[in-house]
Formats: sequence, C-alpha cells, structure tokens
Amino acid sequence: MKHLTKNDRLLFIFFTIMVLAGPIILAPFGAGYPDLLQRFAIFGLFAVGFNILFGMTGYLSFGHAAFLGVGSYSAVWMFKLLTMNVIPALFLSVVISGLFALLIGFVSLRRSGIYFSILTLAFAQMSYNLAYSVLTPITNGETGLQLNLSDPRILDAANTTGSIPSTNLFGLTMNSTAKFELLGLVFQFNVGFYFCALILIAGFYIAMRIARSPFGLMLLAIKTNQTRLNYTGVNTRPYTLAAFVISGMYAGLAGGLMAITDPLAGAERMQWTASGEVVLMTILGGVGTLLGPVLGAGFIKYFENIFSKINDSVLESWFSFLPEGLSDAMVFVLHFFVGKGWHLTLGLLFMLVVIFLPGGLMEGGTRLYNAFRSKDTKSSKDEPKAAE
Amino acid sequence: MDAILLQILNGLDKGSAYALIALGLTLIFGTLGVVNFAHGALFMIGAFCAVTLQKVFNLYSVVIDPTKTDFLGNPLKVKVPYVETWFGEMAGQAIINWSVPLAILVAIPVMVTIGYVMERGLIKHFYKRPHADQILVTFGLAIVLQEIIKAFYGANPIPTPAPDVFKGSFDFGVLIGFDENSIIYPYWRLIYFVFSALVIGLVFAFLQFTTFGMVVRAGMADRETVGLLGINIDRRFTLMFGIAAAVAGLAGVMYTPINPPNYHMGMDFLVLSFVVVVVGGMGSLPGAVLAGFLLGVLESFASMNEVKTLLPGIDQIIIYLVAIAILLTRPRGLMGRAGVMED
Repeated sequence: MKHLTKNDRLLFIFFTIMVLAGPIILAPFGAGYPDLLQRFAIFGLFAVGFNILFGMTGYLSFGHAAFLGVGSYSAVWMFKLLTMNVIPALFLSVVISGLFALLIGFVSLRRSGIYFSILTLAFAQMSYNLAYSVLTPITNGETGLQLNLSDPRILDAANTTGSIPSTNLFGLTMNSTAKFELLGLVFQFNVGFYFCALILIAGFYIAMRIARSPFGLMLLAIKTNQTRLNYTGVNTRPYTLAAFVISGMYAGLAGGLMAITDPLAGAERMQWTASGEVVLMTILGGVGTLLGPVLGAGFIKYFENIFSKINDSVLESWFSFLPEGLSDAMVFVLHFFVGKGWHLTLGLLFMLVVIFLPGGLMEGGTRLYNAFRSKDTKSSKDEPKAAE
Repeated sequence: MDAILLQILNGLDKGSAYALIALGLTLIFGTLGVVNFAHGALFMIGAFCAVTLQKVFNLYSVVIDPTKTDFLGNPLKVKVPYVETWFGEMAGQAIINWSVPLAILVAIPVMVTIGYVMERGLIKHFYKRPHADQILVTFGLAIVLQEIIKAFYGANPIPTPAPDVFKGSFDFGVLIGFDENSIIYPYWRLIYFVFSALVIGLVFAFLQFTTFGMVVRAGMADRETVGLLGINIDRRFTLMFGIAAAVAGLAGVMYTPINPPNYHMGMDFLVLSFVVVVVGGMGSLPGAVLAGFLLGVLESFASMNEVKTLLPGIDQIIIYLVAIAILLTRPRGLMGRAGVMED
C-alpha cells in the first residue's frame, strides 16, 4: 500500500470498499443476489486482465476466451481428481492457462496490429474446435465437463452423503449464504462472492502496481510507438510476451473462479463471441484505465440481467398510462430491444461508444467532471479580478 | 485417383463461398483500407434476401375450391399463393420453385444500397482512426445486423430449397471415364461453383477492362495521386464498397440451398474468410480467390477418413494451422505485395 501515490491509494481503498459492500449497495437495484454478484466479480477480473494486454500494451486479442475455458477445465479436473478445496484448483488453472498463454503468445506476438488479432482468433477457434471434437476425453465435448459421484478425489474423505460435494475453502462451502432482511430488502452475503471479490481486489491491486511500475511504463511505451522503441535498441518481445502471459493468467483465474461458483466447464466458454464480450466490456468501461474494465463488466452483466428479464407484458404495464395506439406502438418498438433482443441493445450501445466516446464510461465521467469544473475555475478566476 | 478428384470437387463449393467473401473483404481493404468485420453479416443478409423472397412468393389467399371436397362433403378451402392467381398456376409454381435464383435480382440492388449506406453513414468516419477502432465498430455493426435478422426471422435455420430441376446429383465420374457411382456430385454445388467463378470473373473484368475499374485500380495503388489528378476517388471507392457488399450478398443467396441460413451463419464464415484473406495476402484480389479455393479443397482433404484416422481432429483446425504457418513464414501472404501491412 505504501508504494502507491495518494490518489492511487484513495482509488484502491474506494474500490475495495465498493466491492466488499457490493451486496449492500446493489440490493436496492435488484442485483444483490449471489449469482449475479459473482459474475460481476469474475468478469471484472477477466476484464482487468484483458486490459493489461489491450489497454496498456495496445494488442487487441480476439481469443482471450480460450484461456478462460482452459482455466475452467483445469479447475474442474482438480475437483474431480484431487479435492473439492478451491486452492489447488485455482493454482492449476492459473498455471495451465499461463503455460497455454506462453505458447500462444510466443507465436502470435511475432506479428502486431490486425495480424495479431487474427492469429489469436485463429488459435482460440482452434482450441474451441478441438475441445468439441478430438479432446472429448478431456473436455467431455458438447455435454461439458461435470462432477460425478464416482470421481476419485484422492485427498477428500470418503463421500458418504451420496450427493456431489460442493466446492469449499478448507471446509467453508462456497455456496453458503447468510441472509438479512432490513427495510424490506434482502441482503445476501455469499461466501463464493466474497472469495471472488477478494481475488478481484488482489487482481486489481496487482494491475495497479503493474501500471505504475517501470514494466508498466515500458508497456505504455510499446503501445505508443513500438517502432521507435525498437530503433532505440529495446527488445520489446519479452515485455509483450510477459503482458500476454499475465493477462492470460488473469483469464485463467477468472475461468477457475467460474468453475468454483458453478463446477462445470463447457467449450462454449471458449468461443470467439465470448472473447468479443470481454472486448466489449473493456471498451465500454474505458480502455487503458484501471477502473474502467471492472465498470464495463459490471455494466454489461447488470443490464444483461435486467434487460433480458423484461418481456412484452412488463412493457405493456409500463406504458399502460398512454393511449392505446401509442402504448402498442411503444411496446412494438421496444420489444426488439429487450428480452431476447438484449444483444441488439448491446451492439448499438457498443457502436455508439466506439463512435462517440472511444474512452468509454471513464472518459464520459471525466468529460462531465471537466465540464462542471471548468465552470468552477472560470468563476474562481473571475473572483480575484473582482477583488482587484 | 477418383477419391482425390471427389475431395477436390467437394472442396470447391465451400472454397467458392470463401473466395467470394474474401474477395469482397479484400476489395474493401484494398480500396478503403478498412478491416470490415461486418462482412460476414452482409453474406448473411444476402442469404436472407433469398429467404424473404421465398416467403413473399409463398404469401397466399384462401380460396374455396368447388371441384374438391373434404371427407364430409364440404367444399375444400385451399391456399393459393398470390403469384399463382396473378400469373396462372404453372408460371406461379415455377416462380416459387425458382425463388432462390430469382433472389439474385433482388439481392444486387439491396446489397449495393446497404453497402453504400454503410460506407457513407458509418465507415467514412473511421478512415483516420486506428485499425482497432475499425474492427470494433464493424464488429458492433455485425452484432446489430445479426440481432435484427434474428428478431425478424427467429433463431432457427430456415430451409430454402433449390429449384426442383437441380435437386439430386449427377454422376461426374462417368463423364471422365471412371466407374459408375464413383464420383457423385450434387447439381447445386456445381452451379454454386460455376456461379461464383462467373461473379469473380465479372469483378475482375470490371476492374481490368473498364475505365472505372482502371481508375479504381489506380486509386488502390496510389490514392493521393489519383485525387490530385482531379478525380473524385472517394465516390468510386464508395461504389466499390457497394459492389463488395453485393458480392458477399450473392454468395449468401446462392449458398442457401446448400445450408439452411440462420442468423449467425455470417459470423461462422467471417472468421474463416479473414484467415483466407490473410493467407492470400492483405489487399491482393487474386490472392484472396486463390487462397479461398485452396483452403476449401484443403479442408475437404483433411476431412477424408484416411487422413482423420492418421491425425484426429485435423479437419477442424487445418485452415487455422495453414494460416499460422503462412503468417509466421511469409507475412505478406501468398500473393500480397511487399510492404502492405507486413508488420
């Protein structure tokens, strides 16, 4: 903590409090239940990691979901073979996805720009296709990898309950939830969420330290002008590779957490649309900023949850105050944007952000802040004059 | 020998689709320098032009047929498509039957308009922005187009059959002196190959033998100089975008009988088409066509049982493997010019 500047320290403390208080803050918005909160934390972590590659180094990878999938598979295998404790599972998913990223990064990073995007896309699609076909003994193909009663689980005591055990941290089961009711709201404090949240906070801290380190500065220099860096005699390859591996490990960790909160793994997690999703999150929140990716992930997951629940009857009840023809028209138009049409809204939103606000939500926030501040500074500049 | 020939033929139809989409992608990249992730969506929209036309032709009115009765003796109500009432029964049925080839006539103006609007309304503003931004905005556009189609047509594949005349297959082997039934090839796939060869030929002839094409080629080589000569190159490039969209759309229209279209067919083809463009060489039109057919044939060889037992799963990844090998050893692709997007 003491290595951080004052602003960073404030940001980190603010971030920690917001994440830990998530179940309380989000309960009034209808998002205070464990499943969604866990998704916030997991995708937040995924996006923070992706941002180390895309935001800091400037390499747009379209195949990051492959690492997420590999992380999930390794975690589930650990649950099947060794123990239901989450620590070995997470350890394995980080290590395996790191190795996988080292391999892919070593090849892909020979090119940059659009070629890099296509190479990573090709690798991810390859892994996806293989997971569906030849690697079925490892991935269980279309069914997805699931836990069984007959799994060995060498370290765990013999299973006498007759049901599939749940993931735990030294006996603390991940799906146990404490509920409190206050002022008509239900606050749910879930062990799984807090576990994910702590890892997210740790991940955020590491990302922050990376961004402020000499290594982070080097990454920024690579993003700004790699050619110039090469001409000054710097070999950029190790730096980009390190960034790629780190961000792959983040993705693997997120995949492992996914398996912890819901112990199954399927190949669809590796599809390139999933890679596209993390790109959307990062862009929407703000590329290259620390907080942005988490914001974007939360934003997308929250509105996905809200929008996809709205159906025609909900819309009708909203517009029932309007005259009949008008309300029907509103329902007819909005029908395309909610429920199953949520992706349409997402696509439109994404296009608008790329066109008008390339810096994402963070830039929007800064612009608003500056707009208000410039008014203040104008008035404060005027004051001394008046005093003279 | 006949097995090899069969695989080559099998690869040609998929290769034709790759070649057509990759040709359009390269046209856009070569002229405007834009990486268009929405090109797969244009292919898909073309396919849905055929679906729409088929649906329109099948609109019907319910008429009471006095000559027929149901089992209770009441006069039978029959559905008569409007085209049959307008053009007579024979002609009407023929129109419905031929809706896929007829959709070509609809698809060309529709696709050119879509391409034109897309370029003027959106892509134009992205020339000065980095490639990553172009990728992202067209990716967003692809999602939007895909979701609009999904909202109107649903998520399931819609069967769109070819005309009855072209159903079934013919014995290709007998023609060139092999045993009977050794090389069986569906008619429609042959037509698809011939059609795409025709479209590719037309595009090349257009670029090679018309003044317009000459200016476009000059603009591809050196945009600035052409502009300085007082030629409005932007307007011509916009039209090329429309043509590229039409090429993708035609590929989609004719592909519908081979595979019933659904809303994400474009995305499935897009990833492969990008790989094709990269293998052929960014910005090289002959490269795109050559690589399209080459990879299509290669894919079909890899899905032979003999190959699959030797290297399991190779059919799924062969194209990507080739692309990776090409990118690492010859970054400009098979026929790319030196210095174009090589880093």
